[in-house]
Amino acid sequence: MALEGFGPAFAFWLLSAITLISAGGVMMARNLLHAVLFLIVTFIGVAGFFILLSAEFIAMAQVVIYVGAVAVLILFAILLTPRSARDNSETVWGAPAALLSIALAAVLIFVIHDTAWSETNSFQAPSVEDLGRALLSTWVLPFQLASVLLTAALIGAIMLVRSPEEEAEDALS
Amino acid sequence: MSEVLNPFGSEIFGIWNWLDAIIRVVIMVTVMTVVVMYLIYGERKIVARFQQRLGPTRTGPAGLLQSFADALKLVGKEDLRPKRADRWVFEFAPFATFVPVFITLSILPFAQDWGVRNLPLGLFFMISALGLEIVGVMMAGLGSGNKFALLGAVRAAAQMISYEIPLVLSLLAVVMIAGTLDLNQMALQQDRYPYVILQPLAFLIFFTAMLSELHRAPFDIPVAESEIVGGYFVEYSGIRWSMFMLSEYAAMWGFSIFGAVVFLGGWQFPMGEDWGWGWQLALTMGKSLAFIFVMLWVRATVPRLRIDQLMSFCWKVLLPMSLVQILANGFILVYGGPYWLLTLTSSLGAAVLVAIIMRQAFRRSSTKTLVGAYRTQLQVPAP
Repeated sequence: MALEGFGPAFAFWLLSAITLISAGGVMMARNLLHAVLFLIVTFIGVAGFFILLSAEFIAMAQVVIYVGAVAVLILFAILLTPRSARDNSETVWGAPAALLSIALAAVLIFVIHDTAWSETNSFQAPSVEDLGRALLSTWVLPFQLASVLLTAALIGAIMLVRSPEEEAEDALS
Repeated sequence: MSEVLNPFGSEIFGIWNWLDAIIRVVIMVTVMTVVVMYLIYGERKIVARFQQRLGPTRTGPAGLLQSFADALKLVGKEDLRPKRADRWVFEFAPFATFVPVFITLSILPFAQDWGVRNLPLGLFFMISALGLEIVGVMMAGLGSGNKFALLGAVRAAAQMISYEIPLVLSLLAVVMIAGTLDLNQMALQQDRYPYVILQPLAFLIFFTAMLSELHRAPFDIPVAESEIVGGYFVEYSGIRWSMFMLSEYAAMWGFSIFGAVVFLGGWQFPMGEDWGWGWQLALTMGKSLAFIFVMLWVRATVPRLRIDQLMSFCWKVLLPMSLVQILANGFILVYGGPYWLLTLTSSLGAAVLVAIIMRQAFRRSSTKTLVGAYRTQLQVPAP
């Protein structure tokens, strides 16, 4: 998809505005719940960028994983933690954090500006089928490793949260 | 699939494409509102019939205008906000619940190439949009400043996250056979037989998980009136409450059409392509209404599950069964087995699933766990 013309540019700036403003909201919000909701809007904005780059599959995966799983998990944590939605107070680390982020942004902008990006006019977005084949042929080992890691994390989490009562119940049966 | 219908194509930013999209969305909203009103009327009538009552009879002929009267009343009602509520979270929650439901409706094919838009990744889009609905529910629960709403939101979120997995896996089983994520394409392939014949187990799992995602009985514990007053929307009134209702029923309708397209052949089976769009539209609507009727039937018949039964049913029964289905499909498709083998294995799986449910339903109270042991001590001997 060509990225020239009024439409894509307008979409890009609109998405940038939404993403940046909500990302700012994540930092500025004193209420933890509001911060997470801003985070969700940020994730959806990033998904919009993926669609603009004709990577629909990644855009939808972004929404499924980051909004549907990660953000909901954070919401759960807020829900189940006493007084976690309380207003966060001022911190002495405000100024150093601002400095650090300005430095990081400077480095990133410098790198992006100085990289010799390869440009192409004929671009065919890979289909889901191509993605699937690549994952299960070329990249099968990293794919499998990630699966094993996730399974281990899953089992570990279940073992960690087992309460003594449940152990007793299992012993009874 | 015509080129204009591809929203990710180059036409996305053209003015005509925008006009076309706006007109389609307006039609969709109108149709959806009317359908939802009559779904509510239909639900009241059908459930009343099951319970040997009459249902609404007074407003209009046979009570047909009841939903309109209710809607008017709700619009006129005072829009209350609790003092302890988190203002913006509380006010945006109905929208955050409604928007995902609406964008899922906008990708469904009602007839061949009929719909707001047809996406090449329609099925995946549907799944990702459904994941967003949880956010609205949790916003309502957390923002209301009410313990019952909070409990309802926790229940809803736990249930929706859990049942999303068997739902997606059962759809994946069908996608393996169809070889596409395009809903229109998927319907087109079912001209001789619908996929429910090849995948009865996946269909059963899909239907169960769908009931749970929609908070319909017997999985309606997030909105259980007799336990937690009303669930996550207990503090809402007037127009905001009606938005929750609207999204609930619109989701019911959208899910039914989705299930009809994926499993029952959508607009295609039987004779959809030969007899034209009128028949196709009738097929889609008829199949989705059949889906909804079965949901109401289940609601009127089956008692509500307990939360631990709900969770163990999802994680210990539905999830392994759907994984087995995918594994069997994989073996058969890779080694080029005939299609009747798919039917056979999946039917066997479906029979096992039904047997498990039956066994659980007719089982006497167990004494294996601590709760069970406690209960048997209290048991009164039969007179």
